[in-house]
Amino acid sequence: MFANFDFDVIRRALPYLFLDGMTFTLTLTALSAVGGITLGTLIALMRLSGFRLLGRIAGLYVDFIRSLPLVLVIFWFYFLVPYIGQWLTGSPRPIKVGAFASSLITFIMFEAAYFSEIMRAGIQSISRGQPAAAQALGLTYSQTMRYVVLPQAFRNMLPVLLTQTIVLFQDTSLVYVVSIPDFLGAASIVGQRDGRLVEMYLFAALVYFVISCVASFGVRRLQTRIAIVR
Amino acid sequence: MIEISHVSKWYTPIFQALKDCTTSVAKGEVVVVCGPSGSGKSTLIKCVNALEPFQEGSISIDGIQINDRKTNLPKLRARVGMVFQHFELFPHLRIIDNLCLAQEKVLGRKHDEAVGKAMKLLERVGLKDHAQKFPAELSGGQQQRVAIARALAMDPIAMLFDEPTSALDPEMISEVLDVMVDLAREGMTMMVVTHEMGFARKVAHRVIFMDKGEIVEDAPKQDFFGKPRSDRAQKFLSKILSH
Repeated sequence: MFANFDFDVIRRALPYLFLDGMTFTLTLTALSAVGGITLGTLIALMRLSGFRLLGRIAGLYVDFIRSLPLVLVIFWFYFLVPYIGQWLTGSPRPIKVGAFASSLITFIMFEAAYFSEIMRAGIQSISRGQPAAAQALGLTYSQTMRYVVLPQAFRNMLPVLLTQTIVLFQDTSLVYVVSIPDFLGAASIVGQRDGRLVEMYLFAALVYFVISCVASFGVRRLQTRIAIVR
Repeated sequence: MIEISHVSKWYTPIFQALKDCTTSVAKGEVVVVCGPSGSGKSTLIKCVNALEPFQEGSISIDGIQINDRKTNLPKLRARVGMVFQHFELFPHLRIIDNLCLAQEKVLGRKHDEAVGKAMKLLERVGLKDHAQKFPAELSGGQQQRVAIARALAMDPIAMLFDEPTSALDPEMISEVLDVMVDLAREGMTMMVVTHEMGFARKVAHRVIFMDKGEIVEDAPKQDFFGKPRSDRAQKFLSKILSH
């Protein structure tokens, strides 16, 4: 079956695939996860704040984002951000955002909706006595959140957050629709250039599979370790 | 020190948790609050440091109204220690950090100063060797003693105890009560919700008996244990003292 496959194409393309493609993918994943968790935590705090208007806005945002396909959001954002930037800054021409910045903003905003639901569950998993004890000691609301509730919520939810980050890692391959050379994009470019699409896509699938599998295994081990500490 | 006057609280429009409760705790006084479960005693003590809101009446601590909108509640709460039924130590922090957190973030003490104070208090409750452990590594009785030390680290003007021994195994109750008795004998102002009548007999000045959200009896210790005036208090006492 593999008789007329040319695996040497892959070997020759390795430096480009990993140094350019995978670096982009991993950087995008890491920054999106950090940004998404930060923004998601803020959204979760808004939803749980008790201010009805804030909670409503955050809820609408989450529902809105979650009812859109990611590909569409990436697509629209890539073309819209320059114009939004123009409108915001009042410059005469659409501002240049760049592929990386555009996709980073998209992923942070998109993933924040999912991370916020995880953090909300995490915050709600903390018993009510904990914030009560913190407040009884004189901590303000924000200090209570910062020093008592969020560290615990974050630790309880760490396995879920990391699992969602693995999903995010796979989702970053969708930037391919706006021709950004992430790992999959790079593989596709090489494949089309050399007429070896099947080999390149097989290889790309294998790489995503291996990385995600290893990461999932790591998360499971972490989970058991956390479970013992508690 | 603590003035509670005509406090009423509703959880829902039809369920009234507190009915026109009026009492006070003088400086240096130890007041025990008892009553059947669901009688509102925990709710009342949580109202004292504004962990529970109430709809009518007023509570003041050291002359400061807690239900005044201008009152800085965190600042006021920092001056009143509270010990909870389920300890509520912060499980992600070591014992020493449990004691230092509020000292540093609320009182603005330097870390070294906070640690010094914390170690002194841990020694006092007999847990100096456990400073570097996490709460989950300690027994219930030890955790509750840490919780008392954590409250004392703030140099409170009064201490509130919300059923401090109810979640403990019987053999651990006395180690917690011992700490509380010492505290009472040193002249700490204390309001204690508890079923430990031995503790009440030993150190309480007054006993308040609550039932169905009302303060049914509020009497000096001798009168309460001698001849409670109300039927309900008599019944309650006969039930818990007969064993």
